[in-house]
Amino acid sequence: MIVKHVWLKRTVQSTVLVYFLLLIVVPILGVYVQGLSEGWTKFADSVIQPIAWDAVLRTLQLAVIATLINTVFGTLIAWVLVRYRFPGRRILNSLVDLPFALPTAVGGLMILLLLGPQSWLGSFAKSHNIEIVYQQPAIVIAMIFVTFPFVIRTIQPLLEELDPAEEEASYTLGASRSGTFWKVIFPAMRPGVIGGAMLAFSRALAEFGAVVLVAGNIPGKTLVASVQIYGNVESYNPTGAAAVSVVLLTLSFLVLWSVNLLTARRDER
Amino acid sequence: MIRRVGITITYLVFLVFLIIPLGKVFTSAVSLGTAGFWNALTRPEALHAFLVSAIIVAIVTVLNTLFGVLLALLLVRETAISRRLRHLLNSIVDLPFAVSPIIGGLMILLLLGPHTALGTFFEAQGVKIVFALPGMVLATLFVTFPLMVREVMPVLQEVGTQQEEAAYTLGANGWRTFWRVTWPSIRWGVLYGVVLTIARSIGEFGAVLVVSGNIINKTQTATTLVYQQVENFNYVAANSIALVLAALSIVILLLLEWAKKRKEVF
Repeated sequence: MIVKHVWLKRTVQSTVLVYFLLLIVVPILGVYVQGLSEGWTKFADSVIQPIAWDAVLRTLQLAVIATLINTVFGTLIAWVLVRYRFPGRRILNSLVDLPFALPTAVGGLMILLLLGPQSWLGSFAKSHNIEIVYQQPAIVIAMIFVTFPFVIRTIQPLLEELDPAEEEASYTLGASRSGTFWKVIFPAMRPGVIGGAMLAFSRALAEFGAVVLVAGNIPGKTLVASVQIYGNVESYNPTGAAAVSVVLLTLSFLVLWSVNLLTARRDER
Repeated sequence: MIRRVGITITYLVFLVFLIIPLGKVFTSAVSLGTAGFWNALTRPEALHAFLVSAIIVAIVTVLNTLFGVLLALLLVRETAISRRLRHLLNSIVDLPFAVSPIIGGLMILLLLGPHTALGTFFEAQGVKIVFALPGMVLATLFVTFPLMVREVMPVLQEVGTQQEEAAYTLGANGWRTFWRVTWPSIRWGVLYGVVLTIARSIGEFGAVLVVSGNIINKTQTATTLVYQQVENFNYVAANSIALVLAALSIVILLLLEWAKKRKEVF
């Protein structure tokens, strides 16, 4: 009876591990193998060719802008939602997750409806010679929208955990409000600010659905890396697609790895 | 003073980035009257797209829940596997979060596409994977994989093993211990993971677009249909479907709130 039981348990466990390897590990290795299958020079050629390289650089640049904006507003909003009690707080707090729950294609469509040529805001901007939709600002807005929850959701638990006694001690010892904020409260929030920002950055790098709808996808102007990869897939160039994917994947893995290091260090403390 | 400014800015950001855009989807969809909205929704290709999405959600939710819970149990409880190996597996779980959905789709094309060894093998057996439902399910399984594991693992770690050990000592077998002791403590975490998985599978777009080929009345899902209608400048149809999807997301948000509360009560 016991022997049979152990045998069953081992079978289930091996099945789970094999499923895990086949679904996650093998496909990721597959991209690296395909991307590098025709040697380093071919790989470098596919990446350095102007359209691809330009798309990767633009993605990095716009993702940094979106992340910075999100970090500033996210920190402020996390603070307000944890520290203050005001009407509507609970509803706003649940709404934070909306970009996670909403399909990204719908998110892109929302931005089009709001800022597109037919809309009130769009025509207003147009009459002042500002173009938003199908231009870089729209890409940044789409990135901000999809990464909105990350910074808020990583800072909130840290602020809730912060012991009020520490702050009170700081005030009792005569520190000013801003002194207390920068010496006591901010250090407690910092891992959340950095970790949340990095998660938001890696998500912004990877975003496709919201961006493809609002960007004009013009090579050299509004083409981002994920859309460039999609274009290569559609034009039957899997090796080119895989080469750019290798660059993008490696970047995202580095970001994810640093986030893990950061949280591991915090847990040790 | 700081308080008032902070609250005002928070409200403004929410209004500009979330509330007004969401409202715009609702007003645009019904701008041509409910008849136009209803027509767009009941067209055969729209109904078919919703059906395909529903099938994917059903299959993915079942598989992801089963394997997610099992892997979480294995990573937290199985002492026969060395700590270091479990640690490595644990960090691999998060990888799909870092992979762009487009690359997730590309992976499946590279492994199982029409010109690959595996792809031709399955084709010879009469099973079509890419540009058909199996490929779309695989793509969605890939992107949703971490959600369940990441919900269940912390709960398992928090409950600890004392109660389970007590059950074993009192003579209960593994099966019975799981259903009587472990399951009651993780079930709200599992529910939360299920809701997240459903949300992500309904909304998945990039990976599914690449592996499905987006063929009308065959492999088109609700989200890829929205994309196609926008590309064709058919905004009324796009809005109507987007409205249904947005309404679903709000239901999902409410479910998440409810599951979160239950989780905390426990």
